[in-house]
Amino acid sequence: MTTAAIDRARRWRPPPLIANPVLRWALLLGAVVYLALAVSGIPVNWERVSEGLERGGRFLAGFLYPDFSSRFGEIFEGFVESLVMTVVATVLGLLVSIPVALGAARNLAPLPVYYFCRGLIALSRTFQEIIVAILFVAMFGFGPFAGVLTLVFGTVGFLSKLLAEDIEDIDRSQVEAIRATGGSWFQLLNYGVQPQVMPRLIGLSLYRLDINFRESAVIGIVGAGGIGATLNTAFDRYEYDVAAAILLVIIVIVMIAEYSSSAIRRWVQ
Amino acid sequence: MPVSVRSGTKVWQRRDRNTQLAVWFGWLVATALVVLSWEVISERTMWMFVEDAHIQAADLLGRMVPPRWSYMDRLWQPLWDTLNIATLGTLIAIVLGVPLAFLAARNTTPSVLFVRPLALLVIVASRSINSLIWALLLVSIIGPGVLAGVIAIALRSVGFIGKLLYEALEEIDEGAVEAIESTGASRPQVIGYAMVPQVAPAFAGISVFRWDINIRESTVLGLVGAGGIGLQLEASISQLAWREASVIFLVILVTVLASEWLSARIRHAII
Repeated sequence: MTTAAIDRARRWRPPPLIANPVLRWALLLGAVVYLALAVSGIPVNWERVSEGLERGGRFLAGFLYPDFSSRFGEIFEGFVESLVMTVVATVLGLLVSIPVALGAARNLAPLPVYYFCRGLIALSRTFQEIIVAILFVAMFGFGPFAGVLTLVFGTVGFLSKLLAEDIEDIDRSQVEAIRATGGSWFQLLNYGVQPQVMPRLIGLSLYRLDINFRESAVIGIVGAGGIGATLNTAFDRYEYDVAAAILLVIIVIVMIAEYSSSAIRRWVQ
Repeated sequence: MPVSVRSGTKVWQRRDRNTQLAVWFGWLVATALVVLSWEVISERTMWMFVEDAHIQAADLLGRMVPPRWSYMDRLWQPLWDTLNIATLGTLIAIVLGVPLAFLAARNTTPSVLFVRPLALLVIVASRSINSLIWALLLVSIIGPGVLAGVIAIALRSVGFIGKLLYEALEEIDEGAVEAIESTGASRPQVIGYAMVPQVAPAFAGISVFRWDINIRESTVLGLVGAGGIGLQLEASISQLAWREASVIFLVILVTVLASEWLSARIRHAII
């Protein structure tokens, strides 16, 4: 053998991700077959797409020259509605989440209560907010009330789950200490548990406030109030400059909310 | 901690007077804000409809049960579309999101001053708009169908993958980078041998996590016309065929639970 060939043979190569070569090639083949099937299964109307490119261009131009003024009233009303929905839903959601979280913490609640609360959380987490919104609109009629209920429903699943996990992780000795002084169950919560989970609770609530605003922009599409309805109308009328204006405001509000909430969270924790 | 003297004895307080007043004022403002917000919502609500909500709910339930199981035959194709929207969307998002993350991370970006802020802006814009809104936009531009759904999912996921991956990149152990650099390796070699192996598990976790979220989201994209099982849902609801809608709800529930289980298994195996 020439030295070059020996060198090539001895050269270090990174080990493959999957050690078994049969499994490796089978997975690769499976992925290729799946991709071919999936991509070929997509019906594409190229005529419609090329027609749409011109519209896409108009939309991008809309971002450069967003039209805030011609539908200012509707945009303003929509955002006010979204913001008030966000505030009310977060506060109500927080009020409901705390008892549910206490019930879903294994170290505080008896087993039947634990299962009940965990079931509630699982129910809230499996359904998409938009589906819940459809059902609530059917029950409570169009408007922001159905939207608020939807957001509360989503908030409870999110906050209770994370808060319950935090409560389960607390330092037991502080609870023991309060119990040793003869404190009642509520005193135990107030002095043994609450101070330990408070920073996390504030952080989570702010984070959820942020999420609720984003969601409130969506559930309007099915009639549950907020800016989503205005946005939907703008797209239906092909008014891309108005739609661009709304999207820009959403992006700015989300950015402000994200930065201020992460600043507050850093300050609290 | 402040101490005040009341009738000869020292009393400990948690806060001094001014801080306590400020805290009360804060609560006052917050409460007023919530009450005012509630007023706005209350004004715009038809309370008549809310009062008979329990009747509506019972009525709705009565119309949804029993589900029309035979409808299931027509759901397999939309379900396959839903799966494809989520998977292809995630793949496109990975292809676009990974370079974006390298441009956005402080330790890999070509220029902290010019490229990084631009990459961060793309990430924020992609993240702050829900995939349903992206779908609304795309349906309006390229027409209804699965393609709009795939692109909507991809556009929303780019920001997610980009953000989590660039954060992982910024948190890597610099020791490995220095070690590779000291061998005289070029920049691509440093990235390939010191950085990529460190973020690879995080990357796999992020991708699978996003795929799981995308399965959830793609089930409802059809509501705005972007393909998948949501299209059927929209049709059933607008025809008030609640018996069919309840079958779809159950199918969505099972799909979401299955994808959650699968992604948890995969993440467990990787990490």
